[in-house]
Amino acid sequence: MTWKQIAVPIAALVIFGLFWELLVWVNGWPNYKMASPSDLWPAFWKFRWLFLEYGWDTLWRTVAGLVLAVVLGVFLGMIMGLSRVMRDALYPLLVGFNAIPKATVVPIIALLFVGQHDMNTILIAFLISFFPIAVSVSIGLSTLEPEYRDILASLGASRFTIFWKIALPKTLPEFFGALKVAVTLAFIGTNLMEIVEPHGRGLGHLFDSGKISADYPLMFAVLIALALMGILLYYVVVAMEKVFAGWAERAPT
Amino acid sequence: MDRPLIEIKGVRHAYQTQSGRLPVLDGLKLAVPEGGFSAVVGPSGCGKSTLTRLIAGLLKPDEGEVWLHGELVKGPKSIVGMAFQNPVLLEWRTILQNVMLPLEIVSTKMSRHEREDRALHLLALVGLEGFEDKRPSELSGGMRQRASLCRAIVHKPEVLILDEPFAALDAFTREDLWQTMHAVKAEEPFTGVLITHDLREAIFLADEIVVLSGRPACTQYVMDVHLKGPRDIEHLYTPKSADALNILRRQIQIAQGRAPAEEVAQ
Repeated sequence: MTWKQIAVPIAALVIFGLFWELLVWVNGWPNYKMASPSDLWPAFWKFRWLFLEYGWDTLWRTVAGLVLAVVLGVFLGMIMGLSRVMRDALYPLLVGFNAIPKATVVPIIALLFVGQHDMNTILIAFLISFFPIAVSVSIGLSTLEPEYRDILASLGASRFTIFWKIALPKTLPEFFGALKVAVTLAFIGTNLMEIVEPHGRGLGHLFDSGKISADYPLMFAVLIALALMGILLYYVVVAMEKVFAGWAERAPT
Repeated sequence: MDRPLIEIKGVRHAYQTQSGRLPVLDGLKLAVPEGGFSAVVGPSGCGKSTLTRLIAGLLKPDEGEVWLHGELVKGPKSIVGMAFQNPVLLEWRTILQNVMLPLEIVSTKMSRHEREDRALHLLALVGLEGFEDKRPSELSGGMRQRASLCRAIVHKPEVLILDEPFAALDAFTREDLWQTMHAVKAEEPFTGVLITHDLREAIFLADEIVVLSGRPACTQYVMDVHLKGPRDIEHLYTPKSADALNILRRQIQIAQGRAPAEEVAQ
């Protein structure tokens, strides 16, 4: 990574912040209408311990939901990618389920498992983020050219060997593409639940507290914290992609 | 005479499609002696690729028998090597690792070091020395096809099946690879079946050319190329080759249904 690759995105963030500040200042908006970046620091500082504690809650719940989404999404994708019948059977179900707004599922889950904050939050993060993973893995597997299979099959290799040596690694680029989408979705899921559930924890809860006490800079500060955590997790996935599927990236020509 | 190494007797095969049964092979026969190299030509879609899958044991014929080395083929065996028009190299492996792939499947007594030596030897044979640590994406189409060829023979298969391996290459690269094929065969003798659309390629590489009829395909015509072993590109421009080319072209036209059969019955 060159200094340019780091400096360019940071410069973009700074310019964005300045533009935001300017917009609020030019319009003369009070901070209960639209907080400006300069209002955020006091909010962060005032609630720094809560930010750390709740930020951690949100982060680990999101990651746990993602891990669940990866495990079950890959499993579903494998079933659908390797079996035509299962693909025909499961696709309508999955698409239908994914079309349901997750905000409507939140109260159902919250009522189903009253008081299980961690589990409920992880569940919603999982429910909202497994779909792209399942679809991409299934497409990756079902579009494997038959020649790839034939090369090993003609040597008497088992289905598992073919899956392990060819189908799985070949699907990795699609998988990581989906995981990048899933990361941001999982944050949305986590916060949906954290905002709705009473006596909850996490940044979503902090946002709700800000709303109740009309502390607008706090609400904005939470949003910024969420954005930063999203960026952090996204780049963790990018780093993993470099390690496991770096071969898919062509050298610039 | 010994029994042919590859023997296909009266094979019929049909695919199940949405509009019913689609017969692709109907009474096909083919015999390749040990060390022989047969080219199979025929109109598009006449079931040539089905034939390769039958020999490899990836497909069971509806009727008829496929024998390899005196054994009835019932399923895939590790004595077959395959190369296709698409080189299908694994992008996440280096060229050397790609070539060594079959050795990970086929049980061999070779040590890791011996396997590597074998793969490196083959890469040098096809002119890919020094490219062993490159990724497939860094190689040209012709080089990838050379690597694919190495992978097809690395486990010393008794039967090499080539399904239009040179079809996607430009004319010069193709001629280069034809000569590479002769060099490989001189050093690593194999019994082979080459599926091709290119009649010149068939004359240059094979010692027997089998013309298949249109779908459903049967063996329509067999030509002995007379010349065994390596040959020069000049060989393609002799009157004898020109005659052979004409006969084959007529046979293809008959197979396509564009010329009446009795006209050239000789």
